[in-house]
Parts: sequence; structure tokens; C-alpha cells
Amino acid sequence: MLKSLIAVFLAAILTENYVLSKFLGICPFLGVSKKINTAVGMSLAVTFVMLLATAVTFPLFVFVLEPNDLAYLETVVFILIIAALVQFVEMVLKKYIPSLYKALGIYLPLITTNCAVLGVTMLVLEKHAADASYTFLHAMVNALGTGIGYLVAMVLFAGVRERLEDADIPKSLRGLPITLIAAAIVALSFLGFGGIVDGLL
Amino acid sequence: MKKASLWQAFSKGIIKENPVLCLLLGTCPTLAVTTSASNALGMGVAATLVLICSNCVISLLRRVIPDSVRIPAFITVIAGFVTVVQMLVKAYLPALDESLGIFLPLIVVNCIILGRAEMYASKNPVLLSALDGLGMGVGFTAAMLLMGMIRELLGTGCLFGLSVLPGFYTPITVFILPAGGFFVFGLLIALAGRLQGGKRSEEMGCGACPMRGTCGKADCEKEGKEEGKC
Repeated sequence: MLKSLIAVFLAAILTENYVLSKFLGICPFLGVSKKINTAVGMSLAVTFVMLLATAVTFPLFVFVLEPNDLAYLETVVFILIIAALVQFVEMVLKKYIPSLYKALGIYLPLITTNCAVLGVTMLVLEKHAADASYTFLHAMVNALGTGIGYLVAMVLFAGVRERLEDADIPKSLRGLPITLIAAAIVALSFLGFGGIVDGLL
Repeated sequence: MKKASLWQAFSKGIIKENPVLCLLLGTCPTLAVTTSASNALGMGVAATLVLICSNCVISLLRRVIPDSVRIPAFITVIAGFVTVVQMLVKAYLPALDESLGIFLPLIVVNCIILGRAEMYASKNPVLLSALDGLGMGVGFTAAMLLMGMIRELLGTGCLFGLSVLPGFYTPITVFILPAGGFFVFGLLIALAGRLQGGKRSEEMGCGACPMRGTCGKADCEKEGKEEGKC
């Protein structure tokens, strides 16, 4: 049990990194990775919402939608839950923990349309359907791992981009094109993690 | 309604304001499902259908939806159409459903669709919005198809699953891996910028972000003002 949880956690960070191998959440990855501190803030907000969203959607799907043959409502229900959660978190933080709101608040509205959050809630259900031993606990660990994987990718990439600032880049490639090419090289390096999780455990 | 403006509503999405290469919207599916030309085409058509339908409905409801809840309302409308398209694809094109996987339901958070709802359909009449949806959809599909063809050709030596580079060409597998996706996309954007005479936006601007109105903080404030710099 513990072993499988660790495997899920490490896989979510390294081999199945959402940004670099699944292409989920690319917009904020390219948009806010210019500086390391904004990259950290955004990833923490994403991790938080991913955990909350999985905690709500997983039981809802397994115990309410599926038994009542409403599985087709998945997309509509999940996106509304995520939108509502984001709103709710924003209001709670604003009222009770203003310091945290100041740090994360500006990223929250962007998260509703971050496909990584919707992606993580849907992909765990696919895994649950394929393998019944994939429990709620696995789903939560997966959400945490995905969030941390997001953080790792964002911070690494922010570091790469800070180096790019001083580089002499051909005129046509300046701006987004060189950023994407740098992302290609970072993604390439993550390929090196292939199989490492199975090898470790 | 003048004919010219109808044509303009349709055609601007294809080249001048191409959602992928120019407005830089919808990057996730552009990178993820373009491993083959047929996947790219399927995704493009599915998103176009959702875009046209949601643009029409949102345009019809534009005076009914209160401003403060417009984003959740738009998302609900879009999610409804995504579910319809998802069921249609599952029923009639199971192979495509298999290869698009999670990205089919994820059309709902594709920024092109929410972006057009926010920027265009919520301010314009139905016919114009439908044409705008069609044009943006065609532009999206064309960009996806172009990228899918490049990646499939270089990565596997095939086009639409048919081998077109037999014998002398050794496929460069990295082009169908994630890294190849970023690389090809970067070069295509550079090319698009070059062809437009370098007036392209320097960064991933907040001008294109559908949440710009509600966000208003972050880095958006200064960048948001230079809207339409594409």
C-alpha cells in the first residue's frame, strides 16, 4: 500500500510530469514562469486547488454520479465545482488569511481555466476505473505529486528563462519562440526519468 | 449587415488573428494532440463545433447574463456543448476518442473558446459570432493540422498514417515526443512572426488571456493595455 503510494507520488512528479510530458497547464507555465517567486506562488496555488478539487470530485463521481448513470455529466459538474471552489477559496482567503491571499490571490482566477486542474481530477478517475485498488488516498497523493511536479517544472524553467535574458538570441526567435525551444530542452531532460520509478521500487 | 464585415468576421481568425500562432491561445491541445495529422484534424473539428455552438448561444444570451457571473455562465454553456461533442465522438469515432483521450473533455478549458466568448460573442450579434467561431475554428484546425503534419512526417515518416517517406528516411522519433512538440511550435511561432513583419507580441501577453478582465492584477495590468499587439 505504502509502496504503491510512493510510486504514484514519484511518478506524478517525474515520469508523468503534467507540464512537460502531458502538456497540461501550458499557458501559466509559459506565462508566469518569468520570475522564480511568481512561479512558486502560482504552483502553490495550483497544488492547493488540485488537492481540494480531487477531494471533492473523486467521492462525488464514485458515490453519486456513477451509481446513478450520470457519468456523462463529468465535464460539466467538474468544471463547475472547480470554478466554485476557486471562488470560494478566494473569498475565504481574502477574509480570514489576508497574507496568504496577498501571496496567492492574484493567481487564483487564472486557475479555473488551467487545464491541469481539470485534467488531474479526470485522469485519476480513469485510473480508478482501470484498477479498483487505486483508491481515494492514491488520488490525493497523485494530486499532491502533480502539484509538486508542477512546482518543479515551473521553478526549473524559471531558472532557465532567467539565464535566457542575457543571451544573444536571433531576432526572429526572441520572446516566445526561444522560450518554447528552451521548454523543449527541459522536456527532453525529463525524458531521462523514464522508468526510474519502477527501478527505484 | 454589409457583406464585407461578415467576411471580415470569418476571415480574421484564419490568418490575421490566428488563435494559435498569433493570439497564442489553446497551446495545450496544440502541443499535446498534434502527434499525428489525423488526431490534429479531429481535435480541430471537435473544437470548431464547440466554438460555433457556444458562440451562438452566448451571443443570444448576452443581454440576459449578468456581468458578474458571466465567466461561470460561459463555462457552463461551453461544458454542455463539450459533453455533446464528446458523446458524438464516442459513438461514431471511437478510435479518435481513444487517441484524444483526456483532451476531448478538456476542450472546455481551451482558452480559445472562453476567450472568444469573452472577447467577441458577448458583445456581438449572433450571425457575426457564429462566423467568428467558424473562422477561429478553421484557423485553429489549420494550425493544428500544419503542426500535426510536420511532426508526423518528421517523427514517423508518415502522413495520416500512410508512409510517404519510404526507404531513405530514418524517422526522428523525438518529433512525436513532448520535446518535439515544444520545438516545432516554437519554430512555427517564429515563422508566423517573421511573416507578419515582426509586429508580433514579444511575450505571452495577458492581452490574449480570457481571465484578464477578472484578474487585473499580476503582471496583467501593464501588459493588458497593449492589447491587440499581435
